[in-house]
Amino acid sequence: MSTDETGPGGAKTPESAKTPGEAGPDLLQLITPSGERISHPEFDFWVRDIADDQLCSLFEDMTVIRRIDVEATALQRQGELALWPPLLGQEAAQIGSGRALRADDFVFSSYRENGVAYCRGVDLTDLLRVWRGNASGGWDPYSINMATPQIIIGAQTLHATGYAMGIQNDGADAVAVTYFGDGATSEGDLNEAMVFAASFQAPVVFFCTNNHWAISEPVRLQSHIQLADRATGFGIPSLRVDGNDVLAVMAATRLALDRARRGGGPTFIEAVSYRMGPHTTADDPTRYRDANELEDWAAKDPISRLAGLLDRKGILTAELQQQVKDKADAVASEMRRGCTTMPDPQPMDIFKHVYSTPNSWLERQQDHYARYLASFGDPDGAVSKEGAR
Amino acid sequence: MTQLTFARAINAGLRKSLENDSKVVLLGEDIGALGGVFRVTDGLQKDFGKHRVVDTPLAESAIVGTAVGLAYRGYRPVVEIQFDGFIYPAFDQIVSQVAKLHYRTRGAVRMPITIRVPFGGGIGSPEHHSESPEAYFTHTSGLRVVTVANPQDAYTVIQQAIACDDPVLYFEPKRRYHDKGEVDESMDPRSALPMDKARVLTDGSDVTLVAYGPLVKTALDAASAAADEGISIEVIDLRSLAPVDYEPVVASVRKTGRLVVTHEAAQSGGLGAEVAASITERCFYHLESAPVRVTGFDIPYPYSKLEMHHLPGLDRILDGVDRALGRPNSLSGLEG
Ligand SMILES: Cc1ncc(C[n+]2csc(CCOP(=O)(O)OP(=O)(O)O)c2C)c(N)n1
Repeated sequence: MSTDETGPGGAKTPESAKTPGEAGPDLLQLITPSGERISHPEFDFWVRDIADDQLCSLFEDMTVIRRIDVEATALQRQGELALWPPLLGQEAAQIGSGRALRADDFVFSSYRENGVAYCRGVDLTDLLRVWRGNASGGWDPYSINMATPQIIIGAQTLHATGYAMGIQNDGADAVAVTYFGDGATSEGDLNEAMVFAASFQAPVVFFCTNNHWAISEPVRLQSHIQLADRATGFGIPSLRVDGNDVLAVMAATRLALDRARRGGGPTFIEAVSYRMGPHTTADDPTRYRDANELEDWAAKDPISRLAGLLDRKGILTAELQQQVKDKADAVASEMRRGCTTMPDPQPMDIFKHVYSTPNSWLERQQDHYARYLASFGDPDGAVSKEGAR
Repeated sequence: MTQLTFARAINAGLRKSLENDSKVVLLGEDIGALGGVFRVTDGLQKDFGKHRVVDTPLAESAIVGTAVGLAYRGYRPVVEIQFDGFIYPAFDQIVSQVAKLHYRTRGAVRMPITIRVPFGGGIGSPEHHSESPEAYFTHTSGLRVVTVANPQDAYTVIQQAIACDDPVLYFEPKRRYHDKGEVDESMDPRSALPMDKARVLTDGSDVTLVAYGPLVKTALDAASAAADEGISIEVIDLRSLAPVDYEPVVASVRKTGRLVVTHEAAQSGGLGAEVAASITERCFYHLESAPVRVTGFDIPYPYSKLEMHHLPGLDRILDGVDRALGRPNSLSGLEG
């Protein structure tokens, strides 16, 4: 490996002829859709330590987060969660990048990166708090070095850049990593984040999961060039990787992290993947999406691809499969238990944490509301949805 | 007359406007094939084409900012902001540009832009999906801010807003989207009650209850519950939040001597404060008691399991009515 590890992550020329999201020769791939390991002169270096047992572990992680996702979707259908944003199809992008991070790196994600949160060690009950409607944020960001999920599209990319500027000031070698979708690349916030990141050479990794759809809008509506090529216009080197290939994602993320740690500034990664489910459980993709497209992508499924590789290597034993399945089932049932036994929040909780110190302004409203609830003779508050006298 | 939901009524109004004026264009995220996340624009792109009903990239500042350019060019853009909480990225374009261009150019440039905003809570959504941001806009001169409380109004007011040469923020009470009501689709919006007029909905003699948007239904329910207890409430649907049509409110308070204002938005700096102050100035000697506000609390919109505590419900409104009347209420015995 050369001392300058810019390698294929160096600045690229925009190739405007291509449809964004289309596979092409510039798409970094280490495992083919049929599970064949293909070697790459520069990127093999970044995953040279991934031995068979680690491949099995990645397989387990991906299987577990798919299982969590399926379980959470079921919990939503059963009325236990108000909403859920499925990550089905994006397992390799999330595990490949999430497993590349160091504990002191800090993640600023959108609402869909539950697999990344899993890599950060999130308590699975915490993962569901927001979607159950019990809290505005599920965890203390400092406990797992990951901000709570961002709903405002693109906002988190600025936070990551600012955090990275702080790392830089502190002389530390941690990295801020921000996750967002293809749609987010249109927002002003992300574009401004890239300006700042480039200007200050901030140690931030922009991880864009191009899952091809922003609710009903195809990626070509957001961009006429490859998303990875956008970053070069800001002076940010970019990489375009097969987002359904866990090794390729890991290699790209490791390269970007390494560059940032060494003072090489930001990197933009476009992980080309596909959202196989609906946008959220409230969405109906049949209104805007062709079923054939889904079929094409199902053939590139990230988990079966890795299974294919394990099989070729002769390590996809029945025992391994059972072990992974048992683990996934156990994690899912633990999450379900956490969800259904989560205590309901108390009415007066709505007044907590508005300010860091109490003030009479809000205390008066709180006191009045407590008296109001008490006037029903029920301290838990007999307030119905529309109210009834 | 047909029975239509709010959402279908707005859809019908948009369709009429698109038919009647080729300069009307719709812009927004997911408004094409999907028909909007609430299906308010359902079928419009199919019927009017991609140049009239434009699915935009995901960028609110750009959506409103390009609407400004289209308006400069003589178009009448109708913008959809997907949810109330997503209007803030466009805030600068709305308050610095849309609101001020007519004034800045001494009337030379018109900004006939309609900004549709599904607003308010009560649908069990996560953060940023249940906000009531109207006060930010009523505080900005040059903008008209309206909201609707029944499908007939939804149908006519959207057409009036689009026809208006001033920019209009059209707030849609999203928790009422599926409520049905009679709509006369032959109604000419020019002969309907203008969008900047308030409407007295019930005749009452004891208390004037001012509401708008999603809480009009709750206010009417409260009035009928109060009637069972012998209290006569005059419910006024404000409709226009900027400018406010004070005359019917003044006339009502002169009659009843008591005012209750209700909205979902936080209390401090909210429209209720403005209405209470204006009515106090104009009706001081007719008031029998201090105006009462029944509003959301001064807190970020809470998580859905507790949102019903934040939203004024029928009981909380009636408790406010009791306060205005000096009847026993949750604050009895408290001073100040
Ligand atoms: C500022 C803002 N505008 C609109 C929305 C509504 N919205 C939520 S998700 C979404 C699509 C996002 O697509 P993308 O960035 O590609 O991410 P994905 O959901 O595909 O992971 C939209 C429009 C929002 N949350 N925030």
